[in-house]
Amino acid sequence: MENMDDTSGSSFEDMGEMHQRMKEEEEVTAEAAATEEDNGEYGDFLGMKGLKGQLGRQVADEVWQAGKRQASKAFNLYANIDILRPYFDVEPIQVRNRLIESLIPVRIINFPQKVAGELYGPMMLVFTMVAILLHGMKTSGTVIREGTLMGTAIGTCFGYWLGVSSFIYFLSYLCNAQITMLQMLSLLGYGLFGHCMVLFITYNVHFHSLFYFLWLVIGGLSTLRMVAVLISRTVGQTPRLILCGTLAALHMLFLLYLHFAYHKMVEGILDTLEGPNIPPIQRVARDVPVVASAVVNATIKSIAAVVQSQ
Amino acid sequence: MSQFAGLSDISISEDILVEGDISVPVGSHNADNDFSTLDEPVKDTILRDLRAVGQKFVHVMYPKKSSALLRDWDLWGPLILCVTLALMLQGGSVDSEEEGRPQFAEVFVIIWFGSVIITLNSKLLGGTISFFQSLCVLGYCILPLTVAMIVCRIVLVGGSGLVSFVVRLIVVTASFSWSTFASTAFLADSQPPNRKALVVYPVFLFYFVIGWMILTFSPSQ
Repeated sequence: MENMDDTSGSSFEDMGEMHQRMKEEEEVTAEAAATEEDNGEYGDFLGMKGLKGQLGRQVADEVWQAGKRQASKAFNLYANIDILRPYFDVEPIQVRNRLIESLIPVRIINFPQKVAGELYGPMMLVFTMVAILLHGMKTSGTVIREGTLMGTAIGTCFGYWLGVSSFIYFLSYLCNAQITMLQMLSLLGYGLFGHCMVLFITYNVHFHSLFYFLWLVIGGLSTLRMVAVLISRTVGQTPRLILCGTLAALHMLFLLYLHFAYHKMVEGILDTLEGPNIPPIQRVARDVPVVASAVVNATIKSIAAVVQSQ
Repeated sequence: MSQFAGLSDISISEDILVEGDISVPVGSHNADNDFSTLDEPVKDTILRDLRAVGQKFVHVMYPKKSSALLRDWDLWGPLILCVTLALMLQGGSVDSEEEGRPQFAEVFVIIWFGSVIITLNSKLLGGTISFFQSLCVLGYCILPLTVAMIVCRIVLVGGSGLVSFVVRLIVVTASFSWSTFASTAFLADSQPPNRKALVVYPVFLFYFVIGWMILTFSPSQ
């Protein structure tokens, strides 16, 4: 069931069928021209090879043509790049606007909000996140025993984007929400912009408190935007609650996971290297440099002074 | 030929003057020419291909708007560069796995799949360049980064302190921007004018990842 305000154009299989039909028409006319020549040749050889030879050859030909037709039909349907072309039809200024809008929650939830159905922005954001994850894994000295760093980064990012989109699309089908798979992919993809920003900052500046603040503010804003769009496209309190609660939980927890999955590994390795007689308090001190603790102390002292003077 | 067999029945009356040229066109000798490169000595073939690859290297180092890279594309240059870079990034010792250094297969896969994805992206955005031409351009533009890797290796022999890090950072940044600039000089012409930024960004990200892998490379002690 497609939306009235859907921007995705004709569906995947329809365009594939259209292309296949056009190709087959061309092939039929080409074959008609070719078989006339072939029949002329076979007519000449009939006397030499006999009926059996010609029949066998023609049967083999038919089987080959049928097989080729099936294979090219499957190929045209699934490997035809033109099917994806309408989803990449964007201007740079549109991409920039959508990136900024992904952090601004919409106010109006009474009628369905428009969701752009494009795949360029989400794909570029997923690849950017892969690059940022690689940087984070390297600087924290992550060790991957089974597999490679690159494989883990790509698997995590693409797995999240495709897997969570499919899961929320399935839930929205159960909860009767008006959203298509393409729109869900697009919405979640742009929601990764906030994640990219937070990870880029916190992989380079290692304050835990800064991370929590950014997690709440930026992660929260991008989650609120996605949740507001979904609410505007769902009716009923319980479906809204289920859908938006799941999405909010998954989105926020993913950011938490991405940040902590690599810090913990560093602490774990340090433990095994330095031995068990190091007190645990040193692990926390390793993350927060001296400057930050001095700033925190100064702030607490000034607040205490202000409270006392009142 | 058999398709002319039926024409032998046509009779031409004697008072019609038949004139024309029935000389065989020169093109029929092409079949012989194609086969003759199989008979030449191997040294000639290798030298010819190496010369073509070397000429393209020169085009990459001094990127002007020429179409030599696009017209006769080949994938030998990208293969040589990719294997060289992957071998140098590997480090060579078997027991250093726990340092998380990129393995040969990782670098190889990143370069080739990255190029394929950028090519698909530029085709989807309406580019007029063909698949293999784009692979060829992206592969050849890794040359500055390979040169930077060699320089970094030499600098690291001298030591791995702050000075060497700064020198390596400058070298890698310069070569990565050179790579991006060189490839956009070839690729951007094939795009509609207002969408060049959409094609340049993935290329920038691709060379950035490779440059960062080079920068964070540290040899085993």
